[in-house]
Amino acid sequence: MNNQAGYNFAYLDEQTKRSIRRGLLKAVAIPGFQVPFNSREMPMPYGWGTGGVQLTASILGEDDILKVIDQGADDTTNAVSIRRFFEHTAKGIDTTTDTAKATVIQTRHRIPEYALTEQQIIVFQVPIPEPLRFIEPSETETCKMHALEEYGVMHVKLYEDIAHYGHIATTYAYPVRVNHRYIMDPSPIPKFDNPKLHQNKALMIFGAGREKRLYAIPPYTDVHSLDFEDHPFAIQQWDQCCHLCGSDSSFLDEIIVDDEGARVFVCSDSHYCQQHANANNFSDNAEVHS
Amino acid sequence: MYVAVKGGEKAIDNAHGLLAKRRRGNKDIAQLGVDQIQEQLSLAVDRVMTEGSLYDPELAALALKQAMGDCVEAIFLLRAYRTTLPRFGYSEPVDTRNMRLQRRISATYKDIPGGQLLGPTYDYTHRLLDFKLLADGEPYIDNLPSSSDIDLPAEELHCPKVMDLLHAEGLLQNTTEQVTVGDITREPIAYPCKRSEWLQTLVRADEGFLLSLGYSTQRGYGRTHPFAGEIRMGYVEITMAIDELDFSVSLGEICITECEMINQFSGNQQQPPQFTQGYGISFGFCERKTMAMALVDRSLQSKSLGESTDSPAAQEEFVLSHCDNVEASGFVSHLKLPHYVDFQSELALIRKLREEFFSKQTESDITTTLTSKAGDRSE
Amino acid sequence: MKIPSVEAEPLLHVEGVNKLYGINRGCQEIDFNLYAGEVLGIVGESGSGKSTLLNCLSGDVPPDCGQIVVASSVGDKVDLYQASESRRRLLMRSEFGIVKQNPRDGLRLQVSAGANIGERLMAIGERHYSRLRDVGIDWMSQVELDPERIDDFPETFSGGMQQRLQIARVLVTQPRLVLMDEPTGGLDVSVQAKLLDLIRSLVSELNLSVVMVTHDLAVARLLCHRLIVMKKSRIVETGLTDQILDDPQHSYTQLLVSSVLTP
Repeated sequence: MNNQAGYNFAYLDEQTKRSIRRGLLKAVAIPGFQVPFNSREMPMPYGWGTGGVQLTASILGEDDILKVIDQGADDTTNAVSIRRFFEHTAKGIDTTTDTAKATVIQTRHRIPEYALTEQQIIVFQVPIPEPLRFIEPSETETCKMHALEEYGVMHVKLYEDIAHYGHIATTYAYPVRVNHRYIMDPSPIPKFDNPKLHQNKALMIFGAGREKRLYAIPPYTDVHSLDFEDHPFAIQQWDQCCHLCGSDSSFLDEIIVDDEGARVFVCSDSHYCQQHANANNFSDNAEVHS
Repeated sequence: MYVAVKGGEKAIDNAHGLLAKRRRGNKDIAQLGVDQIQEQLSLAVDRVMTEGSLYDPELAALALKQAMGDCVEAIFLLRAYRTTLPRFGYSEPVDTRNMRLQRRISATYKDIPGGQLLGPTYDYTHRLLDFKLLADGEPYIDNLPSSSDIDLPAEELHCPKVMDLLHAEGLLQNTTEQVTVGDITREPIAYPCKRSEWLQTLVRADEGFLLSLGYSTQRGYGRTHPFAGEIRMGYVEITMAIDELDFSVSLGEICITECEMINQFSGNQQQPPQFTQGYGISFGFCERKTMAMALVDRSLQSKSLGESTDSPAAQEEFVLSHCDNVEASGFVSHLKLPHYVDFQSELALIRKLREEFFSKQTESDITTTLTSKAGDRSE
Repeated sequence: MKIPSVEAEPLLHVEGVNKLYGINRGCQEIDFNLYAGEVLGIVGESGSGKSTLLNCLSGDVPPDCGQIVVASSVGDKVDLYQASESRRRLLMRSEFGIVKQNPRDGLRLQVSAGANIGERLMAIGERHYSRLRDVGIDWMSQVELDPERIDDFPETFSGGMQQRLQIARVLVTQPRLVLMDEPTGGLDVSVQAKLLDLIRSLVSELNLSVVMVTHDLAVARLLCHRLIVMKKSRIVETGLTDQILDDPQHSYTQLLVSSVLTP
């Protein structure tokens, strides 16, 4: 059973791929709408990217160049595991860490810093596709709410946040309105990445394997983050720059470097960081922040 | 000076190596054979087949070996394997009246045609650890019946189904209408769903979860007054109709367990009271599973029977969304994956909120001091 | 109380409505009109079918037959159950209001008082936080709740206060038609009195049109211009409140009226 040779290209059989692609076409036709699909058990557990993997498997061709990232980096363990999976099962494809070179990018929790192009497809791994889920646990009811555009309750949640915390307390998986119609969960990307969704040149597709839903934002679609007029949507900012490349405009990870809690900040997007450091001949004598 | 961490690939490879070592254990001890697991840990094998949704005892035994005995992990292995298998059709419905019985009991009648066949059950054993097994000696009971009476098909033993008997008297709600049966592995279910869909979901559901839910209905979280009408375990033939042939082809036998519960009767001014029922089934001999499943099945019928759906076991979406242990363990365990980007966002927010909280406090402290100095009452 | 001037077209027109759950259980052959600014009471004992009728009027339960037609704010007439679910739910959200007997059924318990009041406004597109808050504070004062408690959860309010909160939540979008199901049921007598006072003044200030179900004739007399008396699923008498209560014609109405305890 360890022999991968007996599997179809990219693991899934052609029937399954076709049925997922049909779902994707529907999703592209109705931006932001969650299309149910027949999700299969995959060799990695539900919750670990099976939705993203099924979508990628359904669209990969032999000429594709695949990049897989998790938390923005190519070599986090799960990204490594998924990339290997495709290297073994999709013989002939190339893999890359270079954002610009990839034709398909599978990602968990981040959008790359470098802007995407019309030639690219980005596949998001989604844990909970339903933006209303934590306000309304019933699927029957949330389906109705989407169908009838009953989204008042979404703003109730934002109102509550401001009432209790003074700010909208959602910092990731920040709900957006797609094409002025459906409210969508963009997956647990930090809200820092939300602006990248708006009018993106690439096709963005989202897969939730365990919940069996897929959705899409076609290129050049309007995507707006929910907010109030007097509490407008704002992205995170850091006082520090990246310790490795000096960037002051990318999303930074906080890293604790010693027992006393000294910390440095480093770009989450590993490829961007490398490129930026090279391009700017960044010195590595930067101070460690405590 | 901080250097970006690399080496995820190497770490994974090493982890695989460590896993293989741990799985094998002490090399001086004989390696466990898949055949040994299949033969001597058959109840584990049966559970893995049932929840893995694949009848193949050897593969289930292999999965258990590979998973170091972790049933949920073994179930996942079998399900993942199942995904790769081509589907070439559906069998004809199995009629358990023709079961080649190994066990058959009913709690609703003292005696029934065909009798109460206990079969190979733990039921009346005393739960005393058998240290002779530890010493590899002979098992405790060795006065096994030598005849193979219990291998006769049901008709020869005259074992009509208890449910049929009740049906004949008109005491059971009619559940024999023709329905189109959905296939949950082809179409994701939508709520509210049909009974055939939830039954499929319950068969592959986690036994522990169903057990607890079933238990809750017995303790007052909903109430369905269950009686074990009949529990059967034995072998049934799987047949398949082939388009090009005029007759059905037998694919062989499988062992299954079936439980039919008789429950709280319902009726109203228009209809005479009748018993309702719950149904459970498994591959192999997963009796506890079938009983729990039957309790939950009946509980899920509460809505259509006009009963209260307050109790957790009666709530369709709650039960069916959370009963699959492959989904559940995947999502629970995914918390181990890196979440530091999102955590970073939360850190930033909480720091900001705390800053604001403390600076507001400082402000109000100053105000309080000022006003009390001025002689006014504060607040 | 002032008698409203009757407009030509009714706000609510109910014709031939039946919804039965058994022999004479539910409501049948219901015909009536409601005009703008009127408060119509539906009275009768338990089991008379009042709640069934209210459920049909609220868009929740389709009747077996008959029509329920509302005049919408844009001037057209909408047959409630011929309209699409989408239209019906939109009407219920914006132009109708329902005050439920148990305020916990009509409130969102996991969000604050302010959020409860603001929700209907947010549902129709209000996107300014401060304005929402101001409206919340204003309404809390109107229903005599302490505006300082705007961030408190409904659980922390007493039954009577929860009912006031529900009323605020419903009235904030100035619905053309308000349905009330025993709004003072289950409350202390003194609390009832205050609540009735509040409802009476809101009705008159905002010129609300109300259909109110109540078994309490004292409430009916205080709040309603007209009454419909139901018994065993049917209307047995209708008319002006004072006329019905002072000079009941139907034997059942007479029984009802005579059984009211007088201090």
